[in-house]
Amino acid sequence: MATVASEVRAPVIRRTIPWSVRRRRLLVAIADHSILIALAIVFLAPFVFIVLTALMSNQQALTTHLWPQPFKFSNVTHVFDTAPMLRYAGNTFMYASLATLGLVVSSVPVAYALACLRWRGRNLAFICVLLAMMLPPQVTIIPVYVMFAHLHLVGTVWPLIIPNWFGDAFSIFLLRQFFMTIPNEYLDAARIDGCGELRIMFQVVARMAKPAIAAVALFSVLLCWNDFFGPLLYTLQNPAHWTLSVGLSQFRNQYSVQWNLVMAGTIVFMAPVILLFFFAQKAFVEGITLTGVKG
Amino acid sequence: MSTLPVAAAPRSMAPPPLSPSRRRAKRRAAWRRRRTVLLFMSPWIVGFSVFFAYPMLDNLYLSFTHYDLLSSPVWIGLANYRYLFGGDQQVWPAVSNTLWFLAIAVPLQVLFAFGLAMMITRAKMGVGIFRTIFYLPTLTPTVAATLGFVFLFNPATGPINSLLSKLGINGPSWFQDPHWAKPSLTLLSLWGVGNAMVIFLAAILDVPKHLYESAQIDGANALRRLYYVTLPSISPVILFSIVIAVIQGLQYFDQAYIASTSAAPGSLGNAGDNVSENLGYPQGSTLFYPLYLYQQGFGFFNMGYAAALSMLLLVVSLAVTLLILRNSKRWVHAAGGVR
Repeated sequence: MATVASEVRAPVIRRTIPWSVRRRRLLVAIADHSILIALAIVFLAPFVFIVLTALMSNQQALTTHLWPQPFKFSNVTHVFDTAPMLRYAGNTFMYASLATLGLVVSSVPVAYALACLRWRGRNLAFICVLLAMMLPPQVTIIPVYVMFAHLHLVGTVWPLIIPNWFGDAFSIFLLRQFFMTIPNEYLDAARIDGCGELRIMFQVVARMAKPAIAAVALFSVLLCWNDFFGPLLYTLQNPAHWTLSVGLSQFRNQYSVQWNLVMAGTIVFMAPVILLFFFAQKAFVEGITLTGVKG
Repeated sequence: MSTLPVAAAPRSMAPPPLSPSRRRAKRRAAWRRRRTVLLFMSPWIVGFSVFFAYPMLDNLYLSFTHYDLLSSPVWIGLANYRYLFGGDQQVWPAVSNTLWFLAIAVPLQVLFAFGLAMMITRAKMGVGIFRTIFYLPTLTPTVAATLGFVFLFNPATGPINSLLSKLGINGPSWFQDPHWAKPSLTLLSLWGVGNAMVIFLAAILDVPKHLYESAQIDGANALRRLYYVTLPSISPVILFSIVIAVIQGLQYFDQAYIASTSAAPGSLGNAGDNVSENLGYPQGSTLFYPLYLYQQGFGFFNMGYAAALSMLLLVVSLAVTLLILRNSKRWVHAAGGVR
């Protein structure tokens, strides 16, 4: 049943393949592709239903009909009138951009120190990074919340942004793993030429690690855009600072059960991420692979 | 710079007692190096102490207090822990919900991601398309995906049950039914296994082809090749996926929060009013441990008790992670060179 995978990769040797074998291979290939296509349909179905529902009238969304009749494309603009979506989007954008900027600016030097400089205590520091990465955020969430409450920052997005300016464990880990793969000869050559460490970081390491830095930034933008727990914790009290995720999660509470609008809002929320993915697909896949294979 | 007697040091000289000026220069160089490290590390030093180390200690302290954020903490000794392990009727359902998730959803996620990756490697056409399709749900914001699923699985009018009834199946109440709420969330989590799938895919494609060839020459059939070649070669990645899935399972919050608050019929109050009473709908079946912690800490402002709950979470997370890592030495194939 499962002979195809490896035989495809076998070196091509000219020989006549018996008809029965060829037929079996063909059948297996058809079976494989049918399963894949079926799975793909299952994976895409929720998107299709979400889009279809977003284009229904409110009455129709509450029936068992699956196809919109008539198509109400106005729903997508109607969402913007019903809820302050633009403000939510603005808040989300501010959170994602400022947090990502800070995360890159602060994590690159730390990763550089952990990967390219030799000093006593380096392993210990790295273990601390791993620890901070592995432990659930709920472990520190209460004191951090109390801290921001004392600073009167609860109710804004600043508690979400500020910690990112002081290094993010996961990004540091990822960048460090990548920096380790840069041959020391490059760094030593630069040092012999009298280049300072800061300049080596900018002009040698950062340039060679562009894909990794891009991946880290991309992940950060995505995480912030999708983040729910943080904005829920810090902005729920103050609707003016809601991000899209919090705004959408409160949609049902505020506007009763208008499923068509909820789904339209969902689409508005998803669209930028999916567009971003199609533009930066390569960086994505490389980044994910980086986390797994080097982990 | 000019103080360094650079020219005075011939190459072949054996290490002589250093002159005072050289010693000073050396010390200065060492100090400069240390300063560089300090400069580079400074964001993390501040971040680690302010947002990790100090909160951990503070959390430990708060767990011994009664604290409602308004008045200052009052030391009550072990009372929180005694309540946690003795009197609290709600914590054990929350623990068992999380354990259910770790025991059922997490293994399913890893298996499903591996299965998808295996299927994709077998495809001859459209590898990129399938990979993209299977990855798309992962990109979908959690809130959007969960709201979508709650609607899709809406018992009376949702598309899933409509389709099922066309097939003559009377669909369950999914997110509204205490027995089906967790399986529904599991389905949602299976929809979003894209990250693990991409990692598996990369690992499977990295397995040296000659291993398959020699196994085939030795007469190994497909199943044996899977068992003796593929699995050992990618075992570090399997370990990585399991650890990540378990860590995320212990933190499982967003989906359960949104599903329970938006599936509950009575959730028509004002914005952010008191959603925390709908947490765990239906009948506490989706009240996972982190949700319970959130409810105690930020719904009822029992900060001290929530701190005690998070201490338990910390201990369990550490124990589970260490357990997996320690056991892994037995089955993870280190020769793959993945470090």
